[in-house]
Amino acid sequence: MLSEEEIREIEAELPNYEFRQAACLDALMIVQKHRGWVNDDALQDVAGYLGMATHELESVASFYNRIFRKPVGRHVIYLCEGITCWALARDRLRRHIQARFGIDPDETTPDGRFTLQSATCLGACDHAPAMMVDEDTHLDLDEARLDQILEKYR
Amino acid sequence: MEMERPLTRNIRPGQEPLDIQAYQAAGGYQAVHKAIKNMTPQQVIDEVKASNLLGRGGAGFPAGVKWGFVSPQAPHPRYLIINADEMEPATFKDRYLMEGDPHQLIEGIILAAYALQADVAYIFLRWEYKLAAQRLRKAIAEAYQRGYLGRNILDSGWSLELRLHVSAGRYMCGEETGLLNALEGKRANPRNKPPFPATVGLWGRPSNVNNVETICNVPHIINNGSAWFLSLSRTDEGGTKIYGASGRVKRPGAFEAPMGTPLREILEDYAGGMQDGYKLRAILPGGASTAFVLPEHMDTPMDFKNMAKIGSSLGTGTIMVVDDHTCPIGVMENLEHFFAQESCGWCTPCWAGLRWSARILKSFEEGEGRMEDLPILEDHSHRLIPGTTYCALATVAMNPLSSGVRYFRDEFERHAREHRCPWR
Repeated sequence: MLSEEEIREIEAELPNYEFRQAACLDALMIVQKHRGWVNDDALQDVAGYLGMATHELESVASFYNRIFRKPVGRHVIYLCEGITCWALARDRLRRHIQARFGIDPDETTPDGRFTLQSATCLGACDHAPAMMVDEDTHLDLDEARLDQILEKYR
Repeated sequence: MEMERPLTRNIRPGQEPLDIQAYQAAGGYQAVHKAIKNMTPQQVIDEVKASNLLGRGGAGFPAGVKWGFVSPQAPHPRYLIINADEMEPATFKDRYLMEGDPHQLIEGIILAAYALQADVAYIFLRWEYKLAAQRLRKAIAEAYQRGYLGRNILDSGWSLELRLHVSAGRYMCGEETGLLNALEGKRANPRNKPPFPATVGLWGRPSNVNNVETICNVPHIINNGSAWFLSLSRTDEGGTKIYGASGRVKRPGAFEAPMGTPLREILEDYAGGMQDGYKLRAILPGGASTAFVLPEHMDTPMDFKNMAKIGSSLGTGTIMVVDDHTCPIGVMENLEHFFAQESCGWCTPCWAGLRWSARILKSFEEGEGRMEDLPILEDHSHRLIPGTTYCALATVAMNPLSSGVRYFRDEFERHAREHRCPWR
């Protein structure tokens, strides 16, 4: 069941488009904001609400990088794997996160604190290496700075 | 005379952008008044055509000509879509423009929409650009409040809605027909062309998709005229360009300079040259989709025509520097892995060919490379060409691949001989 709040937020998106289906990505993002990820029930509910077949919405949901069809941790680390970040740090930061938290890309720490995602270029190449944590962008990273930043996300 | 930098004159890095009052005080929205009061839509198109404003998303197609593809008799509603899905690796120029001066983009959108007599405009923005989203939302609300958006703009009888769409992320959305599908709430697979979006676009309606930087130029062309715009450039391609630099340079960043500024000036004067202890090995001149260029190419003017002459392309104009401490095969692997991952999977040559290419590059990086695999990479660059794939993703992915195989042959040999990446 979609919550009243989710429905209200989805309704607010509908006037932006000529057809209800066009709001499906906004709707998935709304559900994800409230629940952390999009489970099968939520997918079915959103599809029903927008007049789409469930498998049709699944083909959309599974296509886009920012829709999670699996549970994620309380915080998601998007580590930039763009070419400039790679050239400046190679895979040092990814290996550092692996060593500290024991997670590879697409994995979540056992305490549910962090999920690591490898991200395509974040468009912050003038301050590489870069990452996002949830909706925050962090720039000019090295191992020490990375530790310091992640400390703030409990 | 001081060099004119129309696109960035309001931008104060690290500070909030101008609000609508300050933007107007700096001359903002005068072009909207001028166009709506004194020019027909056709006159706006003609002025932009005469300015030789070439599409800044990387393809370099003349913007005015593209607008002209929407017939004056085309049915309504018509759509203008701004491609702000800047996912090209090593590119951050549109972010700079949107964060730095959101009203400039909105003014350009109003002018372009007026030229097309569009009813609705969308800004298709990538999810990661949170600050740009926040600043655009505020600026759009201000523009509605002042009557530059909404119903009956400046009593002209013409109305325009402007909406911000935040994408859920996929490189394919940068391809204009993939973008249209994404905006319709579908997978961002490309569409067959023809029909072109100008006749059958968003929801089957007449549409035009333009890049952020392209549109930001329009207010200045309308204010100052096409002759002035052409005079800004050092070649016959009009205007200034937001160039940029990243990698091991002293001052990475985005810079506005005359179109046709030589590569050497971008690297040495604007970006401050290479960091101490590093030498230039090669450059990706305009994102992952452009062929490598070498130090011997440094005097090439960076415009569409001259970059094509040296076997590369201007692309987005933000250069990424490959230094002499970085493995060029690793760079190629990173790029081809990206393209393989972001392929939408719609056509087989693309998804299979890119995966195969990326796997061969990876084998060299992991010490298992064989020189007899190089012809397979070369073969891909001969086969993934326009006409064999649905869209340009795979064909542009071949630019760094084929140039890299040509320029870094000694590196492939060394990786194969030593059974390892010597740069690790």
